[in-house]
Amino acid sequence: MRVMAQMGMVMNLDKCIGCQTCSVTCKQAWTNRAGTEYVWFNNVETRPGQGYPRRYEDQEQWHGGWELNKRGRLQLKTGGRLKRLLSIFASPVQPELKDYYEPWTYDYATLVEAPLGDDFPVARPKSLITGEDTKVTWSANWDDNLGGTSELGHLDPIVAKIRQESEDKIKFEFEQTFMFYLPRICEHCLNPSCMASCPSGAIYKRSEDGIVLVDQDRCRGWRQCITGCPYKKIYFNHKSGKAEKCTFCYPRIEVGIPTVCAETCVGRLRYLGLFLYDADAVTAAASVPDEKDLYEAQMDLLLDPEDPQVIAAAREQGIPEDWLDAARRSPVYALAKKYRVALPLHPEYRTMPMVWYVPPLSPIVDLLSEQGHDAEDRDVLFGAIEALRIPIEYLAELFSAGDTEVIDGVLRKLAAMRSYMRGINLGREPDESIPASVGLSGETMYEMYRLMAIAKYDERYVIPKAHVEQAHDLEELGCSLDYDEGPGMYGPFGEASGRPVPVAVENFQALQQRQTSDEPAGNEELRGRVNLLNWDGNGTPRGLFPPRREEESR
Amino acid sequence: MKRMTDTSRTGLDGAGSDALLRAGRFFTRWEETDDGRAVFREGGRAGDVFYRDRWSHDKVVRSTHGVNCTGSCSWKVYVKDGIITWESQETDYPSVGPDRPEYEPRGCPRGAAFSWYTYSPTRVRYPYARGVLVEMFREARDRLGDPVEAWAEIVGDPVKRRTYQQARGKGGLVRVSWRDAIDMVAAAHVHTIKTHGPDRCTGFSPIPAMSMVSHAAGNRFIQLIGGVMTSFYDWYADLPVASPQVFGDQTDVPESGDWWDATYLMMWGSNVPVTRTPDAHWMAEVRYRGTKVVTVSPDYADNTKFADEWMPAQAGTDAALAMAMGHVLLKEFFVDRRTPFFVDYVQKYTDLPFLIRLEEHDGADSGGGLVPGKFLTATDLGGATPEDAWKTVLLDGTTGEAVVPNGSMGFRYAESGKGKWNLDLEGVAPALTLAGDASEPVEVLLPAFVDADGSGTVLRRGVPARRVGGHLVTTVFDLMLAQYGVGRDGLPGEWPTGYDDASTPYTPAWQAERTSVPAEQCIRIAREFARNSEESGGRSMIIMGAGICQWFHGDATYRAILSLLILTGAMGRNGGGWAHYVGQEKCRPITGWISLANALDWSRPPRTMTGTSFWYMHTGQWRTDGYSADSLNSPLARGHLSGKHTADVIAESARKGWMPFYPQFDRSSLDVGAEAAAADDPAQYVKDALADGRLKPAIADVDAPESWPRTLVLWRSNLFGSSAKGNEYFLRNLLGTHSNVLGSENPAAPRPSEVAWHDEAPEGKLDLLVSADFRMTSTTLLSDVVLPAATWYEKHDLSSTDMHPFVHAFSPAIDPPWEARTDFETFHAIAQRLSELSKKHLGTRQDLVSVPLQHDTPGETPRDPYDTTPVFQVVERDYTAIADKLASVGPLADTLGFTVKNVTYRLEEQVAALARSNGVMSSGAGAGRPSIATDQHLAEAILRFSGTSNGALAVQGFRTLEERVGKQLHDLAEGSEEKRISFADTQAAPVPVITSPEWSGSETGGRRYAPFTVNIERLKPFHTLTGRMHFYLDHDWMTDVGEALPTYRPPLDMQRLFGEPALGSDGQLQITVRYLTPHSKWSIHSEYQDNLFMLSLSRGGPTVWMSPQDAGAIDVHDNDWVEATNANGVLVARAIVSHRMPQGVVYVHHAQERTIDVPKSEATGRRGGIHNSVTRLLVKPTHLIGGYAQLSYTFNYLGPTGNQRDMVSTIRKRSQEVTY
Repeated sequence: MRVMAQMGMVMNLDKCIGCQTCSVTCKQAWTNRAGTEYVWFNNVETRPGQGYPRRYEDQEQWHGGWELNKRGRLQLKTGGRLKRLLSIFASPVQPELKDYYEPWTYDYATLVEAPLGDDFPVARPKSLITGEDTKVTWSANWDDNLGGTSELGHLDPIVAKIRQESEDKIKFEFEQTFMFYLPRICEHCLNPSCMASCPSGAIYKRSEDGIVLVDQDRCRGWRQCITGCPYKKIYFNHKSGKAEKCTFCYPRIEVGIPTVCAETCVGRLRYLGLFLYDADAVTAAASVPDEKDLYEAQMDLLLDPEDPQVIAAAREQGIPEDWLDAARRSPVYALAKKYRVALPLHPEYRTMPMVWYVPPLSPIVDLLSEQGHDAEDRDVLFGAIEALRIPIEYLAELFSAGDTEVIDGVLRKLAAMRSYMRGINLGREPDESIPASVGLSGETMYEMYRLMAIAKYDERYVIPKAHVEQAHDLEELGCSLDYDEGPGMYGPFGEASGRPVPVAVENFQALQQRQTSDEPAGNEELRGRVNLLNWDGNGTPRGLFPPRREEESR
Repeated sequence: MKRMTDTSRTGLDGAGSDALLRAGRFFTRWEETDDGRAVFREGGRAGDVFYRDRWSHDKVVRSTHGVNCTGSCSWKVYVKDGIITWESQETDYPSVGPDRPEYEPRGCPRGAAFSWYTYSPTRVRYPYARGVLVEMFREARDRLGDPVEAWAEIVGDPVKRRTYQQARGKGGLVRVSWRDAIDMVAAAHVHTIKTHGPDRCTGFSPIPAMSMVSHAAGNRFIQLIGGVMTSFYDWYADLPVASPQVFGDQTDVPESGDWWDATYLMMWGSNVPVTRTPDAHWMAEVRYRGTKVVTVSPDYADNTKFADEWMPAQAGTDAALAMAMGHVLLKEFFVDRRTPFFVDYVQKYTDLPFLIRLEEHDGADSGGGLVPGKFLTATDLGGATPEDAWKTVLLDGTTGEAVVPNGSMGFRYAESGKGKWNLDLEGVAPALTLAGDASEPVEVLLPAFVDADGSGTVLRRGVPARRVGGHLVTTVFDLMLAQYGVGRDGLPGEWPTGYDDASTPYTPAWQAERTSVPAEQCIRIAREFARNSEESGGRSMIIMGAGICQWFHGDATYRAILSLLILTGAMGRNGGGWAHYVGQEKCRPITGWISLANALDWSRPPRTMTGTSFWYMHTGQWRTDGYSADSLNSPLARGHLSGKHTADVIAESARKGWMPFYPQFDRSSLDVGAEAAAADDPAQYVKDALADGRLKPAIADVDAPESWPRTLVLWRSNLFGSSAKGNEYFLRNLLGTHSNVLGSENPAAPRPSEVAWHDEAPEGKLDLLVSADFRMTSTTLLSDVVLPAATWYEKHDLSSTDMHPFVHAFSPAIDPPWEARTDFETFHAIAQRLSELSKKHLGTRQDLVSVPLQHDTPGETPRDPYDTTPVFQVVERDYTAIADKLASVGPLADTLGFTVKNVTYRLEEQVAALARSNGVMSSGAGAGRPSIATDQHLAEAILRFSGTSNGALAVQGFRTLEERVGKQLHDLAEGSEEKRISFADTQAAPVPVITSPEWSGSETGGRRYAPFTVNIERLKPFHTLTGRMHFYLDHDWMTDVGEALPTYRPPLDMQRLFGEPALGSDGQLQITVRYLTPHSKWSIHSEYQDNLFMLSLSRGGPTVWMSPQDAGAIDVHDNDWVEATNANGVLVARAIVSHRMPQGVVYVHHAQERTIDVPKSEATGRRGGIHNSVTRLLVKPTHLIGGYAQLSYTFNYLGPTGNQRDMVSTIRKRSQEVTY
């Protein structure tokens, strides 16, 4: 047993309002730069829907994740290493711009600078790729709230799959409408297929917290990781030519602050905390033959932080005491393992993802069908699980490799919690038969209720701080000799020596230079691409203002 | 540990590729798993530096967004090297207790995208003005040497005036200096005051709570010069008129934390996740506590995702559902079984036991019969004092004697009512019904509106009646049962045969045919709702929203729904009652804000105006109104509105002093003021002059040049891109520029008799339109002068809301960049220049101010409520001292105090203390007075003069109120005397407010705020005629439109009233549908709709949501361009086709303006319009009632709503090749 610590996240989809605050705050903080316009480390998808990029879940098309080969050994879906090395110079199978979208901006300046004409000035859309006029036809969130889904919803790979069994299972009709939201970040997998795909060894998993990162200096832009990731959560920065991905906000996590997406989640549905897992057992767990066993296999990897054996083994691995304490208080462990209400996304990809989801209860009963339950019985205030609007098969395809029993078990717990708590809330005698019916004690159910409903800040986010003193020791031992930190961080011999400065590194000095310079950034190669990302409004591009007259100055 | 796998079989690929893998990688010294599957490294590596650097910042500043939403979310603004980089939510709200969720984090994607504006290319960086105007102005000023004379020359020259008016909105803005911009604005105001009178100067700036200082600075300027501020809450149709009608209060609602206390939660026309994004979690979380959640929405709205049940009532039919639920409730919980919890409640807190006189109806149509009339009063029983006319009567259920209980309006102002204005029944158990031995069953006639065309029919139903003091009377409760069709043995009339009687209002089966909600579901939800309330002690809550409020008959719908809450004893409870969150944004420190904003410390009264009637008249929309008030009449109407055009009703309401209208007279109020001031009795002088025709109301000839508004200042507002219903009429008639009005004036349309008709409608009434903003909007594009405003991250200000109980600060993360200035600085600059120019042109003048009878003053109990006049008062204005007065607290604060809701706060000590903290002015008109010369000083003054933020005033106010109520109240704030929230406190963290008589709820003891808990728990009356919550409204106009009792009125039939096409497809690839404008997910009104983040996450431009059926009928696919037209104008947008939409309805989300990706229209060849280009103003006459107890005017409190939900529009597929 080799105990390692892993930062994990749980998102309770039952609480998600699909507001996209997480997407915006993440983008503002991390990918609000040239080359990453289309990059959303965090996105939120309306389901049913195609997701971002389009149909990313169709691994027959995109070849992401792992599969078992004929000998039952785990191999990347793109083929064995040999095959991949031999084809390294061929274009990898990866989404094109049309599968993401062509980012755009607007000719905003016209609103200020339009000369006297005969109609209102208007800002037309302009492509951020070509700089030319464009028509907006797709985006990172095109089918938000089922927009266009009556026409395009059949392209959702899960819809297609379920319909193969029965056309009637999912109909895009008013009376049967259902939807929910699926916020996604990098899964920071225990068995990351992106990392295994990288020919340069640029992708690594941090040993102290399991965060998966791309070394910007080491990345050679092969883009094999983009193919390898079945969640399509590695993006190609088209300016720097490097891969970029969600960093789990490690500069924040290291100092005990939640990720941007979690802290800014106004639905209060995200939880952050530690898992302890057995690193030696990962490959075996990811290799179970039946996809439907993957969820249980993944659960087995998670070690009980109260178990003395686990604690001893963890100490042996040098995991600090405060981390062990955090693991014991971990809300993600509680939701995934203790209450077993949080599930992994697409366990069948065999990547052992570490972002977990509580499936949505969506309890509306079917409107125009027979009004199933008896209104006279006041205990039957809520709809029955059987009558849920979201087809349970749909959730099973997302979270349990098609096993509807797993989903049913979670939803029954949520429904039982509501029923149990209603009695308490109304001052009735607690009905202990309700938690018992889903295998929980009343006390455990009450704890689960508190974590899911009340969830104060320090209960949602239990983040041990990084032990910087150790990190620096380790750095000197294990880290590369290529660089020094400090002002000339790209090598001892100035920018012209050593490796080229990655263009992606736009730091605040560069940002400030752009924002305050006399010359607009948008005159030459950025022509027509006037927006904050590449023109910051400083300076006076030609034609923006009439010539200033002397006497007008203030 | 259990292993599920055979480990011998596991591993990667095979040995060959493992070797290759090792060779293929660069040499590393990093740790790998044995199988080479994973690479581990420790943290703190150089490869991470990029992200570490990006994350670093110099400082984090607390601020918020002054946008018109109820969020009031505190944000962290990150700054690095003087550049704003991004923002994220603050999480430091004070805890609301260990057993409930917290308010953190508050925010939404729109707010999270705000910093984009700071450096965006749409930022207004410098002052701009229309080139053609600037040239004329500079030339004339240089030549004449006086900006006022220069302005006079330009606007006096019809050719010059038209030249720049017609250039509005067509580009050609040029950068000017602040000096020139201010010169022009100040000169225009001085000229207008001098030539036409100050009431031709108008200002508009909504929602003070979202930045009180910025609002107050401009509002104070406008009021100091005698200008007119137009309202927003009623104008936005966010005001639920039912609230003053039923509660006598503008709107008072629970904080969202109180949803947690509910055990049954309905969301009715309120899409909480979209419109109350930071509060939605309370709704999601309370479900885990076992609260049932039900939504009523015509589409599968975002909140439906969370609902246990969805009641998809068709758009606009909600009152039918509510009436049927009320039917079930009255039958099962009051008649079949008298539920003690409900009965006790309605006896104490509602008008249900009060007596209504039954009168013979003489109308020919009705064939005679009894109709309910007015409340029986103490006067009817022989009382002789004036206040007896305002004392209502009930019967003692034990003795059967008539009783005049405490608490009605007759006790509120009269000396005799001191200590008796309370809800103490003093041992009397009122009779709810007269049924019994002493009564006679009689048949009454009741109006109903069951036909889709809106016309009325008459129901004949029986009530038990008695004679009291010679009058035949029954109770409101008996009338309610008759109205709802809940029969009892022995009563005459026609009654439903059962719940399944679909032909008789208001049964569950009857509603099903109108709403599509199954009768069975309606019955079940009604029962659950009531039972929950009974078991939980009133913890049934309904969150109500714009989806039902903003209809023409939204007030009727609201009354039908409020009835459910009142009947079940849920109002005034934590976790129960109504939760109306449309617009208002509670300005918690209200006394300080409202008094300083209206400059009540220097002069009173202020000129405030109902926005809807102002714009309806001044944009000429009255000229194309296709119907008269008759078409709204009940078949039992007695003619008070008959033959009247809506413009007549507005004129009559103004003439009687019920509602304001400005300009006041056909000449300058300064000239009238001078004459009146010379008379012995100025008010009488004006009344006489009006009576003998020497003086005429401006509205009598509203299109004559002397009646035009001349200047309009907009700040914190995008009137022309957002709220301007009938937008194209605004462009054409008010601004005089091009428009997309498609209809022509209907020669057959009725003409008013009180308002003169000009064959030619005037175009271009406004001389000057000036706006201050930080981004380019439809409004700035139309403005003559555009001033660059500081953003919300660049100034000091205050924020509060009804959604949470905290007050918190805006703070500058950076100084205003380029030439931007705060609104505060801008108005001080204008005031400075205006004061200078006034030395020559204005000096000190007498201004005759006309204002209506006000709610919460004795004016609401006139001797004859149908024969009233406005209040006329002379106000002295020293125009050379405007800047001085703007910057200091005037003497009336000490001498008169500040009054809110008839409680006067004495401020001598507070003024003195403010003088010590802010300092005093050293010279000028404000010499020796406390300074409010900076935004921080003004914020401090607002907080100091309000009970919610100054405990000494809260206690003082309660003690004052106790004298009238005769019940103990001051303990609600006791202990807070020493507590005062300073501006610095709000900068440090959000601060919870103090319980104060300014509001109706109590936070005392750490409970969540819920409205009317003080009324229910302390027996303080509601501010209504009976002092109780009203089901019955007995004003003549209410009776005439058939809305004395809760009722259902269908959406307006726009074909019948305006000749618009009938709903449905005509087979010509065009389809006529209901055109709804719900709030958008991607913007807060028009703010953020141009933000690149929001555009990237949505469809990138204007959209119309429609059902696959409607789209299919006109061959439209997702993302196709379509045009929506009707007589009012055209909208060009892309279709979003979705099965979540019901057939026959399109959603054009509010507020999509014309700045982003709007091509030329095929219908007109001109730029497509905004969402409100396809709407128009429809004024409901009953909103113009005034001078009648709770139906009396207060700014933003009562007035006609600018509703827009009843619109229909024809949708057509257009060429997909668009041009710009």
